[in-house]
Amino acid sequence: MSVTNKIVSDFKNNKIEFITSVPCKQLASVLTEIDISPEILHVPCNKEDEGIGLCAGAFMGGKRPAIIMQNTALGVVINSLVTLTQFYRMPLPMLISYRGEVGEPVACQVEMAVHTKALLEQLRIQTYHFHSEQDVSEFDAILKHCFMSKRPVAILTDANFWNGY
Amino acid sequence: MIRYDIIKQILPLIEDQFVVCNIGLPSQELYQLSDQPTNFYMLGTMGLASSIGLGLALVQKKKILAIDGDGSILTNLGTLSTIANNVANNFILLIIDNGSYGSTGDQLTYAGKKTSLKEIAVACGCENVLECQAEETAGVLKSALENDKMTIIVSKCESGNVKVPVVELDPVIIRHRFMTKLKNEN
Repeated sequence: MSVTNKIVSDFKNNKIEFITSVPCKQLASVLTEIDISPEILHVPCNKEDEGIGLCAGAFMGGKRPAIIMQNTALGVVINSLVTLTQFYRMPLPMLISYRGEVGEPVACQVEMAVHTKALLEQLRIQTYHFHSEQDVSEFDAILKHCFMSKRPVAILTDANFWNGY
Repeated sequence: MIRYDIIKQILPLIEDQFVVCNIGLPSQELYQLSDQPTNFYMLGTMGLASSIGLGLALVQKKKILAIDGDGSILTNLGTLSTIANNVANNFILLIIDNGSYGSTGDQLTYAGKKTSLKEIAVACGCENVLECQAEETAGVLKSALENDKMTIIVSKCESGNVKVPVVELDPVIIRHRFMTKLKNEN
């Protein structure tokens, strides 16, 4: 099973039925797979903090949400994560493309990559870094952990994990 | 009429509705006038009332009313195109447009100058956008609540505030009682 299929099937098996996203090239295959999955309502957002609001609403409406975004968006969502997701104690898996790591062709992406883990640590968000294909085997347990703890969880997926892109 | 008068006037219509209320004074005013488990007060996160409301409306059947402000819509302008392209006929967005940032000292917003939120919503693709004067709000909202059609109401009112205390409820309690009530009614 490809990492993309494993990720989407874990979403489904964990009854994640609402996903919002701002696309990243690295995550394109996941988004394509979600769009052909009738079990998942995909509502793309224009900016990731809008997505944090959509996910909060979906969770309160009784569905399990997730957000798919690029690590550069951490700079966008900090206030929303802290004052909405964390303050009201809501779960939120964040599947994040970890741009700016080894294999990155765009220099500017490195500027946010150097801050990514530090920001997540400062926010006290439990973070899992997928570097090799086999790391995806943890995804199912991470999703379960996220909804058990009612906290946001970050899954960083780098270029090596996606086998280049 | 100022925002407080509008909220007071629509109170009989919204007391049994699920309401997501904007940060700052709007939430504080609603809390003081009529605290209900069906009210979700935003204690922070400017701009996301409409997004939370849309997320709620898209995943369950009960009607959701988001009470927002012109400043908050302007800060999250992308929300109007998301709303337009993901139609939820159980969603009403009431934008109380007083042309100012009420909670921070009534500084003018651009909606208080040249910018028309109604025109923006229409340009984003929203199909049922109604602009009304403050005095007409209750009537317009009543019809919207009776229809099963996604509606955006831009209610134009005067700038100004009354003194109200902050919402002291714990956020987890606000969220929990809202979710429990919504689950029981679905």
